[in-house]
Order: sequence, then structure tokens, then C-alpha cells
Amino acid sequence: MLLRHTPKEISERSALTINPAKTCQPIGAMYAALGIHGCLPHSHGSQGCCAYHRSTLTRHYKEPISAATSSFTEGASVFGGQANMMQAISNIFAVYEPEIIAVHTTCLSETIGEDLKQIRKKAITEGKFPKGKYMISASTPSYVGSHVTGFANMVTAMTELAESTGKKNGKVNIIPGWVEPADMEEIKRLAALVGVKSILFPDTSGVLNGPLSGEYKMFPDGGTTIAELKATGDAVGTLALGEWCSADAARELDKKHKVPCKVLDMPFGLKATDRFIDALRTVAGVTVPDEIGLERGQLVDLISDMHQYLYHKKVALVGDPDQLISMTEFLVSMDMYPVHIVTGTPGKKFERRIKELTAGLPYQVNVKAKGDMFMLHQWIKNEPVDLLIGNTYCKYIARDEDIPFVRWGFPILDRQGHQYFPTVGYKGALRLLEKILTVLLDRKDRDSPEQTFELVL
Amino acid sequence: MATTTKKKLVQWDPTDVKAELLKKYPPKVARKRAKQIMINEALENETPEIMANVRTIPGIITMRGCTYAGCKGVIMGPTRDIVNITHGPIGCGFYSWLTRRNQTDAGPDGENYMTYCFSTDMQDQDIIFGGEKKLRKAVREAYDLFHPKSIAIFATCPVGLIGDDIHAVAAQMKEEFGDCNVYAFSCEGYKGVSQSAGHHIANNQVFRHLVGLNDEEKPGKFKINLLGEYNIGGDGFEIDRILKKCGITNISTFSGNSTYDQFCSAHTADLNCVMCHRSINYVADMMEEKFGIPWIKVNFIGAEATAKSLRKIAEYFGDKKLIDTVEKVIAEEMPAVAAVAEDVKSRTAGKTAMLFVGGSRAHHYQELFTEMGMKTISAGYEFAHRDDYEGRQVIPSLVLDADSRNIEELEVEADPTRFKPRKSAKDLEKLEKAGFQFKHYDGLNPDMDKGTLIIDDLNQYEAEKLVELMQPDIFCAGIKEKFSIQKLGVPMKQLHSYDSGGPYAGFKGAINFYQEIDRLVGSKVWSYMKAPWQENPQLSGTYVWE
Ligand code: SF4
Ligand code: SF4
Repeated sequence: MLLRHTPKEISERSALTINPAKTCQPIGAMYAALGIHGCLPHSHGSQGCCAYHRSTLTRHYKEPISAATSSFTEGASVFGGQANMMQAISNIFAVYEPEIIAVHTTCLSETIGEDLKQIRKKAITEGKFPKGKYMISASTPSYVGSHVTGFANMVTAMTELAESTGKKNGKVNIIPGWVEPADMEEIKRLAALVGVKSILFPDTSGVLNGPLSGEYKMFPDGGTTIAELKATGDAVGTLALGEWCSADAARELDKKHKVPCKVLDMPFGLKATDRFIDALRTVAGVTVPDEIGLERGQLVDLISDMHQYLYHKKVALVGDPDQLISMTEFLVSMDMYPVHIVTGTPGKKFERRIKELTAGLPYQVNVKAKGDMFMLHQWIKNEPVDLLIGNTYCKYIARDEDIPFVRWGFPILDRQGHQYFPTVGYKGALRLLEKILTVLLDRKDRDSPEQTFELVL
Repeated sequence: MATTTKKKLVQWDPTDVKAELLKKYPPKVARKRAKQIMINEALENETPEIMANVRTIPGIITMRGCTYAGCKGVIMGPTRDIVNITHGPIGCGFYSWLTRRNQTDAGPDGENYMTYCFSTDMQDQDIIFGGEKKLRKAVREAYDLFHPKSIAIFATCPVGLIGDDIHAVAAQMKEEFGDCNVYAFSCEGYKGVSQSAGHHIANNQVFRHLVGLNDEEKPGKFKINLLGEYNIGGDGFEIDRILKKCGITNISTFSGNSTYDQFCSAHTADLNCVMCHRSINYVADMMEEKFGIPWIKVNFIGAEATAKSLRKIAEYFGDKKLIDTVEKVIAEEMPAVAAVAEDVKSRTAGKTAMLFVGGSRAHHYQELFTEMGMKTISAGYEFAHRDDYEGRQVIPSLVLDADSRNIEELEVEADPTRFKPRKSAKDLEKLEKAGFQFKHYDGLNPDMDKGTLIIDDLNQYEAEKLVELMQPDIFCAGIKEKFSIQKLGVPMKQLHSYDSGGPYAGFKGAINFYQEIDRLVGSKVWSYMKAPWQENPQLSGTYVWE
């Protein structure tokens, strides 16, 4: 047993987190910043954090992740890191020539109270900030929230670039939230298919799923351009996908530039995608093309075809709030039983939403925000499940408890595909369903006695 | 910034390459980097000094990590039965959770906490009002849940700044529990300039709180410790297999596949064998002073190096039977190695490699490349000190800067009862006269050819430039560097945790490595980068459909 010390009896824990179901803010900020074209993320703190964030993103994407750091040593930690940041600004623009740098703090620089906006101002007044280049900044202390919070904070920082000319540009801002590059691509495809002209930000498609061609581009072709980010202030409206990931940025655009917004769930699964498409249709004032109707119909078809294998199957889930909300709804919509649901990200609202979504089920779900995987594992030991959905770290639980396991979330360090194949939209839901069915039916095939082993399932 | 490897400098000259690397830097950066980029003159034996173990330049994308990573991640991470609690916000603990591929063998029911991540997950309240209370509670909760022999506490950056006294908490909890050794590491990431500071901090605390706690004699005639071997990809397993076959008892490995008790018994060994000089030489020195255990440098990376190291150990013990067994083992193991080497050489001979890793691997792995007939044209360390380049003789002349002064130097004296010279002065002298070298490491430079480029703390920009200009057949560094290099169409072998595969140590490891490099440099995939229509963009004709 790999997690051999995890006991079945649950004891009260208030200080020790074991096997976290979240990580820290800056990695989210870094991921978001990579979704701006020509952007170099910069970590204002000691170099270790930056190394860890880059390594984790690299392992998840198998793509180069460039990001700079202020490399604080003890002196900077005590006397402040302004000098380091000034030096970094001059070195970064001289050597890497990005269009923009997106700076986030770390626990260290937050603890000593660094003020990035003030440093930027100083760099500009002292003429050390190159003309025509940009810097946005987000405060991302990891002792608040989680990686999701850091992502949201950096996306909100992107709205600093928004400008309103007073003339609407007819476009709709779509803030996709922390989804994979392939998902961002799919969201753009769906919007275009409905006939909505959209600005998607951030957009990591074309950045973190790049080709192997013999050429290395530190700043790949993808990403939301600065011009597009500026234009978000003139958009007719904003669709923010995910309360945790995207709502703040949308509200900021509303507040500063009077761009009205609607916050939706992330379009995972049938119903959340329905609401997303419906919102797109309403915004554009058009009828939904048949092509989308067909994709939806195919999803419904597959659910009905294989319903017998899904019906009342118990599922344990761990991940981030926005994703889990839509996933729970998807599972419930297929008559599956999500029984244990954990996120490491804080937020009572999460527990409430999950309880609402599962209200009609004949049992009480175990749900916890600010939980950890140790807790989830203990719940599973007390009430076993048929399926586990979560990031790579779940494989230790899956192996010990012998549970079919679908990798979904962040980080995925041991399988590939997430950067290429979406799980949003109807097509994405088909893929999710395929994955779920595959692990469930592989298990059935493995466990069926010879007498009842079947060719056709 | 986009780079391709098209413009190969046909006959590159190291001086030109160096100039090219520095060209784009602002003057201050260029001046500093110039001192860390050296054209090797080793054969003339007048190698100029290289600047190493100095601060990373802000804004320059570095390969380095932090002190916490060196302490918790590297040294303490591979020990299976200590509950390692990271005191800090969640990230640091999360990223060092199972990511280094340290293997361990706890058997079916031994203690193993390596699959777990423990953290105090500090919140803003803890930052404002201090985190000691939460830490104390977390240690208590860990104890109540698991009853481990030992709990270690690791500080992350904010902890030092808010002034939590983690050592006091550790001491208090240790006393409270009575049967659990609790101690702490002040390994805040900002201390020192790289992981290296963390190694030193880890060495100090292991020496202070663990080594020497268990005096019980372990069985075995030829007892050694293996220092600086982390069992990544199972390297330690292979070395242990060979040692066992030779009849050499490995009392403890620092710290691959290790247990708490192995550390506590380390002082009962009769020889310390240092693999990674950079990360662990401190503990070897301290054990010699306190317990009288001599140390030698060994290297189990490379079949020849493995044979050499085994012979060195046997020579130290000076036992005829051991010497014979070692020879027998080498004779038994070598043919299989030679057969594979012979086979891959037909494809790898003459190819070139670059290695930029860690504090010893950029040196050790050159052995394997040499065995495959490949040449290392540029190499350097990520966090080494000058002695790892130039040899230990420079240690007295190293100047302590503000960053190194931060790291505690333990005052060690001979243990009044347990100091025991392992060899008589006469025997030692005899060994030394015969050319046997204790406490000796020549460093990387003398093993590299004249005119090769030795570069300390290579960064992403320079890595790409080097690859573009010199077009090596393979590049070795860490995970962060891997894919920017491979995008250029040059295979990259990760030499920190290997990404996949291993072991690469010992005899079987050498075979694995030859095959891995053969696979990488010979992969068909590198020929697919251009589509047919890109290779022949000129349309020479069109189909005529009948
Ligand atoms: S110090 Fe903070 S920002 Fe850095 S890795 Fe740790 S939790 Fe993340
Ligand atoms: S906070 Fe400090 S200890 Fe943690 S990863 Fe960052 S540099 Fe290292």
C-alpha cells in the first residue's frame, strides 16, 4: 500500500494539512500570464518559488515555461526587493524582449509588503521602463486562497490594460477561467460557431500546446494580444466562466468600463454547456446553428446508449471549485452519484452550491472546501466508490483502494492529452464520458468471471 | 525571441562562442557572466579561476531553485520513515511532493511517509500573529495520527521573516513526546544563493540531531556509508546490489532509500564514500572529526568509474579476500556492459554532449558519455562551488561572502568516548604513499578537454545560444530546460530526476544509460520536424487527374 498510514477512523485535524488538494497562488498567476501573447511572467520573490512553478507547469504541459524571478537573497528579504525588481526590469527587456511582463508576488514579498505598482511607477519616472512596453501586476500571497485565487488575481490584473474609447466594438469578452489550452480553443470555436465575435482572455491555446518544428519561440504565436486586452473595455458584455476564476475580472470591467457581465458556470457537461450556448445566443441575438444542436444530440445519445453502466455509480471527486461544480452537475445529470467532493480552495459558497446540485439525491453528499486528499481518502475508506476523478496525485488512492480513475484537473503529471483534447462543450463532454466509460468498463472486463465475461457491452 | 539551430558555426571557436553569449547582456550582467564562463585550459594546468556560488542575477531566467528545495527536497526527501512537515504556505510543500523520483523500499509493512505531503498551510492570521501555535498543533496531530520515530520541520521563506522559533517548538515537542525525535531546519528559500545552502543546512542538522544516536554494532566486516546518493530512478538500489555482491556492508546512504535509524548508526561505519561532493561533503568532514571515519570520493556513474570506486574501497580495507571478490565482481559484470557499449558505440561515437546540472552530475555523467565514445563540449554546474570545478585544494582560498556567511558552520570536536581512528597512522601513511587519496576531489575542470566551455549557473538564454551555435547531439539539464531545447530539435536528457528511466548508476545503470542515449540521439522523431511541403516549398508540378 502506498498510502499505508492513512487510517479509516477520521480524527479531528485543524493545523496539519496532509496531501493538499490545492497549491499556491503564484502558479495560477503564472499560468494566466502565459495566456497573454508576448508576455513573460515574473515572480517577485526568491527564486525557489519560480523554479517550482515552472517545473510543475512544465511537467503538466511538456512544454517550455519561461518565467523570470527577482531572485531575492537575504538582504532583499530584509531591506526590500525594489532594487532586484528594477534590475530585473532592465535585464528582462534587454535579453528576452517581451511585449509585456506580468508580475506576481510570492509569500516572501507579500510578507515584507512589497508594492509592485509603486515599483512600476518608479521605474517609469526614472526612465528605466522601456517605452511601448507594458507591465501588469497582481498581489498573490499564498497564505490566502489557493492557486485558483492567484489565477483569478492575475486575470483581474489584465483588466488594467482595458481602455474605453466610448465606442462599443461589438465584441463579447469571454473569460474562460482555469481550463486547458484545448478548452480555450474549443470555447472560441463554439463562440464563433454561434456567431459571436469574442475576445478570450487569457488564452493559452497556441502557447502551451505548441508544435515541434525545430524552432523555439519563447513567445509562441498564441495568447490574447495587448490590443485585444485593450479592446475589452469597449466590449458589449463579458461572459465570465466560473465564479472563482473569472468573476472578479468581469466585475472589474463592469466597474471601470461599464461592460456588463454575466457569470456562468464553466461549460463542462451537458447542462452547463447548454447555459453557455444559450448565453452566447442571447448575447448575439441569433439562433443556434444546427451544427451545435448536432453535437449536443450526440452527447445525449451516448448518455442514453450507455446509461446502464453509469446509473447510480458512486463517484469521489477532488479538484477546484468551478470545475467541480460543473462536473458534479454533469454526473448528477447522468444519474450517477457523486458522494465525496473535496476542494482545497476555501469558500463556503462551494459547499452550498454542491449541496444544491445534489439536493435531489437520496443521500447526503460529503463535501468540503479547504479539505485535503487525506480526508477524501478516509471518506472513501468509509464509503467506497466506483470511480475517482481528480489530478495525478489521486493515483495513489486509486491504486491502494483499487478504484477506476479518471485524470482531470491540475496537475496531470503522468498522462497526456489534456493540452490537445478539450473537455468543455458538448464535444468535451463526450470525451469526458468516453474516459469515464472506458475506466468503468475496463474494470468490468477485468473483474468479470470467465462465465459472464462478455464480448458486447 | 525565437531561436532555431540553422546557423551552425562550422568551426566554432570558444572565444567567439563566449562573446556571442555575452553580446546581448547589459554591461553589468555581461561583466558578471564573463567571470562564470570559462574556456578550459585544464591540460596546461593553469586553469583560470571560475566564479561560482554567487547570486543569481534578477530577471535572468535561472535554472536554480532555493535553499528549501536543497534541504527538504534533495537531502531529507528520500528518507522514508521521517514525517517531514513543511512549515509555511501550501505551495512549497506541494511542489516537493513526490516530484524527485526518489525510490524507496519499505517492504510490505515498513513505515513510508514519502508518498505523503505534510504542511501547516499557513494562513494570513498565522503570518500576522505568528505560526508557532499552528506548528505545534500540526506536529502534535502528526504524532497522534502516525506515531513516527521522528518528525522534521522545514521553514519556508515567510517563517524566518515573521520570526517563528521552529527550533524551540521542535525541542518542546520532542520533550513532550518522549519517543519521537523532533528537530527543525531553518532552510528558508532566500538563504544562500541556491539549493546548495540548503544542503549545508540539512547536513548540519542531520549531524547534530541524528548521527551518533545508535551505537549498536551492525554486522558486517567492511562497513561504509554512501554519502550523496539519492536513489533517483533506483540508482541506490543498483549500487547496493553491487556492494552486497562484493561483501561490502552499506550502513547508511545519505539519503537515498534511507531510514531514520541508518542516519543514527552512520558513525559505526569505517569509511565514508562521497558520491555527490557538493551536497554532502560537510557531513563527511564532520564525521571524520567527531568519530574518526576517513572519507574518500567515489563515483558510481559509469562502469569504469564504478569499478574504480570499488577497487578504491577494497584497497582502503586492504583485505585480500575483499580485493579478490571485487575483481571477481567486476569481471563478472563488465562483459555485459562492454557488449552494449560496443553495440551503441557504432551509432554514438563521435557525437557531442553538453551537461548543465546540479553540483556533481555534470561531472559524473561525462564518464558515461566517454564510454559511449561521445565528447562533452561544454558543461557546468547549477549550484556548485569553486572546489567542485577546480578541486578541493582551492577551499582555503575561498572567500566567504555575505550569502555564505549566513549558513552556520558547526564547531565539531572529537567525541571523547567514540572517536576511534579507523586506521593507524602507519597504515594511513602507507596507503597515501601508494597513491591512495583521502578527502580528495579534483573537480570537473581537469577531466574536460582544453578549449571546452565550462559555464557556471547557465541560464535559459545562454543554453539556447549554446545549442544554436555549437549544435550538440544531446543536451542534459533539468526539467525546466528540457522542452525549449527539444523544440530546437536537439534531444534533451533530464539529469536531475531523469524524468523517466534509470537506474543509471553502477553496471546495470551504465547499460541503461547507453541504451537511453542511443534511443534519444537516434530517434526518428527528429527527422519529422519539417513537413514534405516545407522541405520542398517549390511546387514542381500538379497532379493531372485523368
Ligand atoms: S513561498 Fe509561497 S509562493 Fe513560494 S512556493 Fe511557497 S507557497 Fe508558493
Ligand atoms: S517560498 Fe522560499 S522556501 Fe518556498 S519555494 Fe519559494 S524560495 Fe523556496
